[in-house]
Amino acid sequence: MIDYLDGLLRSAINPYYYGVLVTAGINIILVLSLNLVTGFTGQLHLGHAGFMAVGAYTAGILATAYKWTFYPALLAGGLAAAAVGLVVGLPTLRLRGDYLAIATLGFGEIVRITALNLNITGGPFGLRGIPRVTNLPLVVIAVVVTYVFLWSLVRSRFGRALVAIREDEVAAQAMGIETTRMKVTAFVVAAFFAGIAGGLFAYWFRYLNPSSFGFMVSIELLAMAVLGGLGNLLGSVLGASIITFLPELLRTTYPAIAERRLVFYGALLVLIMILRPNGLLGSSSESGWLEIWLRRRRRAATVAPEGPGAAPGGEPHGAA
Amino acid sequence: MFAQQLFNGLVTGSTYALIALGYTMVYGVLQLINFAHGEIYMTGAFAGLLLVTVAKLPFWLALPGAMLIASLVGVTVEFVAYRPLRRSSRLAVLISAIGMSIFLSNLGLWIFGPATRSFQPPFRVATLELAGIRTNTLSLLTLGLALAMMTGLHYVVTRTKLGKAMRAVAQDRDTAALMGISVNRTIAFTFAIGSALAAAAGVMVGMLFNAVTPTMGVMPGLKGFVSAVLGGIGSIPGAMVGGLVLGMAETIGVALLSSQWRDAIAFAILIVVLLSRPTGLLGRRLQEKV
Repeated sequence: MIDYLDGLLRSAINPYYYGVLVTAGINIILVLSLNLVTGFTGQLHLGHAGFMAVGAYTAGILATAYKWTFYPALLAGGLAAAAVGLVVGLPTLRLRGDYLAIATLGFGEIVRITALNLNITGGPFGLRGIPRVTNLPLVVIAVVVTYVFLWSLVRSRFGRALVAIREDEVAAQAMGIETTRMKVTAFVVAAFFAGIAGGLFAYWFRYLNPSSFGFMVSIELLAMAVLGGLGNLLGSVLGASIITFLPELLRTTYPAIAERRLVFYGALLVLIMILRPNGLLGSSSESGWLEIWLRRRRRAATVAPEGPGAAPGGEPHGAA
Repeated sequence: MFAQQLFNGLVTGSTYALIALGYTMVYGVLQLINFAHGEIYMTGAFAGLLLVTVAKLPFWLALPGAMLIASLVGVTVEFVAYRPLRRSSRLAVLISAIGMSIFLSNLGLWIFGPATRSFQPPFRVATLELAGIRTNTLSLLTLGLALAMMTGLHYVVTRTKLGKAMRAVAQDRDTAALMGISVNRTIAFTFAIGSALAAAAGVMVGMLFNAVTPTMGVMPGLKGFVSAVLGGIGSIPGAMVGGLVLGMAETIGVALLSSQWRDAIAFAILIVVLLSRPTGLLGRRLQEKV
């Protein structure tokens, strides 16, 4: 069934764009799971590529050295990433948000350096010989499963607890939410899906190298989540798609811009935070300059005939 | 031999301390980890290099020049990326800071290219031996400058009106504003001073290692942050002590193990401090205010 669909798709799509679509799907899974931690729970996580690496190397090593088949290896990659997430999350998520950012950054680097120095991962030469099993229908199924799972999760009692932690951790605690436990759970779930995405990545590219999981990859994922909108799952799909396709489109027409895209990601993160911290479709209670300006204009348009003094001076920006 | 390692650690540690001061002062007034601070250090090193090689300035003019340029960049970063977010959530400011750091380091790569540039000191460096410790005038100058700047900073923070304003803003921004302190101007000054110190560290390290690259800010940036946390983030004497301790711990660790572990030592110290004593060596106990 999947093979039949894949045959149809391969005959319809040019192989280059087929590959871009697979990458986009893998990125969507990564950004969706990152959004659970950073968007819904409000914890800045700068090491998501580390979880992806754990999943990718676990699946890759099981596939090559131990001849595991696709599905068990993929699942093992997800579970391994989740286990690492638990070990990393338990001590670090007790820390205040900004320490967490540094701790997760350090974690991501430690994973990369470990992969670089172990024998079983192939070190700097990378891990070769993984069969190509991942295809577009499989990635689409994985995206749909991830989306539906996270969608029902964030709409559950648990998901509302996460949002409460994001909006005000002290108040959430006062309401009886076990904040550390909720944060760790969110972290572990996100790590699991990042591990699955890593496994799909391994079975698609057939070759793993530590440099595919560096700090800049985590930043790129963060830029996707922020552009699409923190705290909005559809936004993650949108953000991941835009940032995956845009450099591919620019690669032929403006190669200089595609090569230097990190400069623009950096500027993009700053600009979005100032103008519209919710990104394209976000859900937090914050508003940026863009919203404030639009609201003022709208209010000025409706209030204007009643004379001056009616326009409010300051606009509350949400909870400070 | 041990004294030699300790001295080398002291020289490295004094540059960490200079970087750590910027982190800790900004954290004091804004409760923000200024991720772009390592890039300010890089900017300072490049400014110093260009002032020496292109503008042919003598060292005693190039160093203040580099500090001034880095201050301007630091204040601009604050104005563009942090000031509009004064009332936003901490997450928003943190993401903005990450964005600024990525932007500046990749802009540096774009402008200067990835190659390492050599930074020869524009004066003669003599090797000398003091009480059995081999060193050179450049290391001694680094240590001396760092200590002088820290003393100067201590004077500014404790004895001047500006320092008083900085402490007031760090304690309670809104009350400080009610007392007639211009909060925005004080924050801008804090960024200017922190950036100038980081630039001084960048110039000295650039000459000590005879190397300047656009990515040179990443590791020292992290080390400076670790120093600030080790000493107690928000505490100025803590940042000085933290930097010196980290520098010495690193060189001793490298002497005992091997140089591959240099960066791991800093991370290990960070994790141990965060888990056992998150307020650091000299930090005060923080209470979460509602």
